[in-house]
Amino acid sequence: MNMIVCCKQVIDPEAPPASFRVDAGANKVLPPQGVPPVISPFDEQAVEAALRIKDAQGGKITALTMGNNLLRDVVKKPLSMGADELVLLEDAAFEDGDGWANAYALAEAIKKIGEYDIIFCGRQAADWDSGQVGSGIAEILGLPSVTLAKKVDVADGKARVERVIPDGYEVVEVSLPALITVSNELGEARYPTIKGIMAAKRKEPTVWKPADIGVDASKIGANGRRGKLVKLFQPVKEGHCEIIEGDTPEEAAVGLAMKLREVKVF
Amino acid sequence: MSDNKGVMIVAEVVEGKLNPIAAELLGCGRKLADDLGQELSAVILGSGVSGLAQEAISQGADKVYVVDDALLKDYQTDSYLSVMDKVVKEAMPQIVLMGQTSMGRDLAPRLAFRLETAAALDCIALEIDPDSKRLLQTKPVYGGNAQAIYTSDIDPQIATVRPKVMSPLVPDSSKKGEVITIDAGLDASAIRTSVLETVLEEVVGIKLEDAPVVVSGGRGMGGPEGFEQLAVLAKMLKGAVGCTRPVCDSGWMPDTQQVGLTGKIVTPDFYIAVALSGSSQHMAGCSSSKTIVAINKDPEANIFKEAQYGVVGDWKKVIPAFTEKVKELLG
Repeated sequence: MNMIVCCKQVIDPEAPPASFRVDAGANKVLPPQGVPPVISPFDEQAVEAALRIKDAQGGKITALTMGNNLLRDVVKKPLSMGADELVLLEDAAFEDGDGWANAYALAEAIKKIGEYDIIFCGRQAADWDSGQVGSGIAEILGLPSVTLAKKVDVADGKARVERVIPDGYEVVEVSLPALITVSNELGEARYPTIKGIMAAKRKEPTVWKPADIGVDASKIGANGRRGKLVKLFQPVKEGHCEIIEGDTPEEAAVGLAMKLREVKVF
Repeated sequence: MSDNKGVMIVAEVVEGKLNPIAAELLGCGRKLADDLGQELSAVILGSGVSGLAQEAISQGADKVYVVDDALLKDYQTDSYLSVMDKVVKEAMPQIVLMGQTSMGRDLAPRLAFRLETAAALDCIALEIDPDSKRLLQTKPVYGGNAQAIYTSDIDPQIATVRPKVMSPLVPDSSKKGEVITIDAGLDASAIRTSVLETVLEEVVGIKLEDAPVVVSGGRGMGGPEGFEQLAVLAKMLKGAVGCTRPVCDSGWMPDTQQVGLTGKIVTPDFYIAVALSGSSQHMAGCSSSKTIVAINKDPEANIFKEAQYGVVGDWKKVIPAFTEKVKELLG
């Protein structure tokens, strides 16, 4: 079972909301001071989905990350969790793409990696929340796709996927090779072991430039965008909260109930 | 720019009825079509769905494309994608809108790639730029910390719309419209997935997304036990219990009760946020609630910037006293 997992390096979504800043002139988010980037959490869970299959029946997992100035300690996390190989698409030309440009470059890299039964992606990246790259890769490679997986099992050349729907899940069977996007309902990704971290330190990633995967520069990064970002802004919150005080928490609680009744909230 | 014209919405069918998002899309699509001086059409895909066309017309559509085929009974990417590709190429709309539902978030990006155009998912505002006449798509990004406005020069512009954000029109059952039947033209062997089973969680009491009152707990609840107390309060207020993503990740509550960006979007009259910090990801699911009340022991918690009323204190002390007083006041 050969599996490829697409992993994006993003600004840590758990960074305190107060540290979030937008550079309105450049339509970009400024990285918060002192908070290192992370692998997008849904992508870590996609690695976890692949590892569970590897645990059950063996296989090879290749992590694939695209960007520029990628931090080795960050992008090696899938290796330290148990992935076997790491391929980086690293070049300034890969920056600032939209779903279309990113899916195109990743799909071309996947063609070069060659052998795969399942391609995993997170359901959406924690930065732009676009939710399109997985489906895009599947469309470019002509593969069937199943999105929002919470559980993936493989048997007899097919994957059986529990796909999240609003009131539960549906069990979808898909022929392989296929692309599967993973949702948070899969459960937490495992922590790297010390042994895994040591092994990842010794492992050198394969680094490819646009020419290595034979991509047309007009179709990747900012040049390859089909959607235009007109404006990026932080919504203004009016935010006035009336704090109900009391000598004890219980007294404040009673005061809150009386206030809410008075203003007819219930 | 091409010759594409008109606004098309995909009216999703769930258990033989139009999903409420269809009326919201028709309300929003009507406004966009009027601003462009163009037609609004609806697409209804499914099996045994032709009777739903008039409903879409009453809710604002000028024209309804019906594709009725047994192979469209369940949503599957391959079948719906193939049919939508065909319908769009026949109708040539300028704009295609879907709901940000399990179907829309799967179908919209794949359709955009097939048609070699751009899509924006989970939009909360859509308008026509008065100068360029292009669709401006506003969507939350960075887990709701920021919003981005996108557009594109390529037709059709595709967007999915977050549920409960757009207002439906008042239905007019006398409204007339054209119904066009399109043959699905599907080949069963080209559908590479099959739905083996649908497993629905048992919902006790009122459904989260329909509840007028929601009591939600976060990581600060410390374990599953506290949610029983929230359930007592919710039941008293005829509401439902929700939670944040970490609560589901820890297995304290079923996944179906998650409120947030990747969970349910709720818009109750009264939202009680207990022991949750109010992350952008969570607020994306509840910020349109009419009144938000926060109970949290950390006075610096972000939730106090979102709430109208709050108590700073340990939920273990606040919730029992609050529940008791609410019971007394409801007498």
